[in-house]
Amino acid sequence: MAEHRRSPNGPDAEPGGLGRRRFLGYLLAAPTLAVAVQWGAESLDPPTAEAAIPSLPQPEDLFDLGDLQNLAALPTSGLVSVQVNADGTASFAVPRAEVGQGMTTAVAMMIAEELDLPLDKVIVTLADARPELLMNQLTGGSNSMRSMYVPVRTAAAIARQQLVAAAARQWNLPVAELGTRDGVVTHPSGRSATYGSLAAAAAATRTTAVSAPLKSPEQFRILGTPQNRVDARDIVTGRKTFGMDLRVPNAKPTMVRRPPTINGTVGSVRNADAVRAMPGVTDIAVVSHGVAVRGETFGQCIDALRALEVTWGPGTVDTESDDTVLRKVRAAELPLAVPPLLSQHVDAEFTFAFASNSPLEPDNAIADVRQDSAEIWSSLKVPIVAQQEIAAMLGLPPDAVTVHVVQGGGSFGRHLFHDVAAEAAEISKAMGKPVKLMWSRTDDFRHGRTHPMCTSRIRATYLLGAVLSFEQRHTSVRTDFSHGLGEMITSTAAQLPVAGNLGFAETIFELTQSSPYDFGVTTQLLNEVPLGFNTGSMRNIYSPNVVCAQELVVDQLAARMGKDPVAFRREFLKDDRLRAVLDKAADAGEWGRSLPPGVAQGIGLHAEYRAAVASLVEIDCRPETVQRKVPDGVTGPRVTRALIVVDPGFAINPRGLEAQLIGAMNDAIALGLTSSLHIDNGIPLEGSWDNYFYTRQWNTPLDLKVIVLPPTTGKPGGAGELGVAPSLAAVACAYARATGTMPTSFPINHDTLAFTPYPLEPSTPQSPVDGLDFAY
Amino acid sequence: MPSHTFMLNGKQVTVEAEDDVRLLWVLRDLLGVTGPKYGCGLNVCKSCTSHINGKAFNPCSVPVSKIKPTDEITTIEGLPATVGKDLHPMQEAWLALDVAQCGYCQPGQIMTAVAKVRQARAAGHEIGDADLDEIRNICRCGTYSRIRAAIKAGAEHM
Repeated sequence: MAEHRRSPNGPDAEPGGLGRRRFLGYLLAAPTLAVAVQWGAESLDPPTAEAAIPSLPQPEDLFDLGDLQNLAALPTSGLVSVQVNADGTASFAVPRAEVGQGMTTAVAMMIAEELDLPLDKVIVTLADARPELLMNQLTGGSNSMRSMYVPVRTAAAIARQQLVAAAARQWNLPVAELGTRDGVVTHPSGRSATYGSLAAAAAATRTTAVSAPLKSPEQFRILGTPQNRVDARDIVTGRKTFGMDLRVPNAKPTMVRRPPTINGTVGSVRNADAVRAMPGVTDIAVVSHGVAVRGETFGQCIDALRALEVTWGPGTVDTESDDTVLRKVRAAELPLAVPPLLSQHVDAEFTFAFASNSPLEPDNAIADVRQDSAEIWSSLKVPIVAQQEIAAMLGLPPDAVTVHVVQGGGSFGRHLFHDVAAEAAEISKAMGKPVKLMWSRTDDFRHGRTHPMCTSRIRATYLLGAVLSFEQRHTSVRTDFSHGLGEMITSTAAQLPVAGNLGFAETIFELTQSSPYDFGVTTQLLNEVPLGFNTGSMRNIYSPNVVCAQELVVDQLAARMGKDPVAFRREFLKDDRLRAVLDKAADAGEWGRSLPPGVAQGIGLHAEYRAAVASLVEIDCRPETVQRKVPDGVTGPRVTRALIVVDPGFAINPRGLEAQLIGAMNDAIALGLTSSLHIDNGIPLEGSWDNYFYTRQWNTPLDLKVIVLPPTTGKPGGAGELGVAPSLAAVACAYARATGTMPTSFPINHDTLAFTPYPLEPSTPQSPVDGLDFAY
Repeated sequence: MPSHTFMLNGKQVTVEAEDDVRLLWVLRDLLGVTGPKYGCGLNVCKSCTSHINGKAFNPCSVPVSKIKPTDEITTIEGLPATVGKDLHPMQEAWLALDVAQCGYCQPGQIMTAVAKVRQARAAGHEIGDADLDEIRNICRCGTYSRIRAAIKAGAEHM
């Protein structure tokens, strides 16, 4: 939790951020101007004393996951560069994944700002796996902006400085008399030269250390202003090329017939030859978790995989269902320490069902595995680990495996893992041919990574107007962090049986969780149950569940103590930034306004990623709303009005930040009300979007506003995951107030199976043929 | 192998494919037209939404043999030409409101939006919240509120 005890204008805040300090970078020897991005530049500035994790206050207050990632990134530098090209453009291959979060747009803005170049002249592409970057190539923890803000700007500022110096040399004029504007170096005499014409002259012939000042915020013309996505036009014209749209020669469509339970294995295939003779089918191969088919079209792959007659070996969770998993999670709950003696107390326990991080673009990868090399294309957030593990699997040295990071149609945590890329490589090797592997939608839900079931138990004691203690025991089926922090050192550590995944998970939990309230003795602990599910981080990891439980109990405490939820929070908050967003939300959201019975407001607060957020929603739980009918869809209560107020420290792109918060609200509505996976004898029952009820138009708020507060710290906080936790909490608190009953199981409709599951065999349903009947 | 002829984005195309291959795969895998996306193959997510003779439909659920030689198939790639411009007004509205996040669903969203506006007008009214609530297209990034605003804005110029 960010800076609980700091005020926005405290001594550390330094409004305007970085002033005119100079930042170090390196000119690289290159045909045209190239400046290395010096990772960790910001962390090299004092104070650096935050590296030790203190015991009090709670760790996340002083040192969070992003700090750990930044610290881990320190050893690498000079390996990625901003280049100025002869055509006047600047280019940068960013070692991150773009999955819709707007990272490429924000990075382009940083470069355009410091270079004084129009935004549309900055070309940001996605870098291949670069093992030498170590931790610097992980997209996660909403850390990209925090880690790149200073380094990328520094490289661009140095580039601008070199262009000016080159012009000064050519014109034999003092540097101080020259200026830059829109990609042109100018002199008051009227002389001017485009960056393109100077790009070669400004290039270095050997690596040279140089420094340059960064712009102060008052000088910003692009950063901090709302900008549209750099790929918006490609998107609306259908030209944006996702992994699914890539064409690699002879990489034909490939799919897998999968077992009826998670991680099941192939016993035997009875009719391989007959299926290989089906129209369009080229190859069939048995792989670790299914039977792969390759063909001319994906449609023919579906036909073929459905025709296969396969016997299956057991999976890893065949005997597990929702109820067995919940029993095991409850049995692992750590005890509460404070006895509820001599004080009044609130005890509550909440259950959160399995959820899917599946994006709309299904998992897919192209693999071309040859005798002594391999080439992979996939949307990967940790491509270095993918490269090293795939190389090990194929028996190749890592540098024989080229991993290209491609544009992803969403991720929500799914692309932290490279399951589909590894499977594509396995299939390509088995078939001896390039393959374009796609998981079917049903595969994605049933066999893909999940956010695991968890419980959160809370006991809060209070007496005479004070909260004496707040204990939270979060217990979860193990979340897989084996992708580590970007490379094999930490990735391997997460797999060690001794330090083990729990140690790493506890670290992640400690670095992301803390209570923002002055509630006396506060402890928040995690325990995990190792079961054989395929799990992984989903957007905001533990926070949505932890904060939802916490805020519901805060509302209970307020009610017990006879206080309004907003007034109670304001009284007990220890974070000025949270208090500011709370006040703004209560004011702009008309907290306490008159609403009909069955309709109520709820508020949720959260600080993480060095930012602070308040969500205020109104939910309609009246019978006429709850019971409205949508064919093959779930309705239930509707969030009709939603407001999110954010203090991001500094919003690089307020329009992009707003987009992330809009999405987070819709995620939160889904997690609170409608979307979950039902585990039944070793596999989720959900097989399509009409089973897994992610928010649809009929459940989205008719009125959704985001307020981005002016800069406070001057430093950008994380954006991608920021809004999920407080919004889920707000939805849950509103529901409790509208119905008069605190919900304890999420999503609230989980106990009702509102669909007929697709058969488990064959693993992918056949596509309908009656589509024309529904044309409108 | 059977041969299939139809109008695609204003041009006649002929393609060889088995009769039961769904049009989505004929477009994507055989003709290289990748604007329509796969998101489920079950006529649920609507990310492949395109137009047949001006009406929205989902090619993931139509065998290519059901497409007649006179049928006009329009994908996102061919939408601007239907109004004789570089961009359809709905695409302009999408840009003005910066609707997209990852962008995967947006071609389908835009094709749905155009058909939905026409459907409302054919029923004698301008598009409203009740019509928008009927849209089934999944946006897993959750851009729904900007989609709603963009459809209303785009409709004004249609």
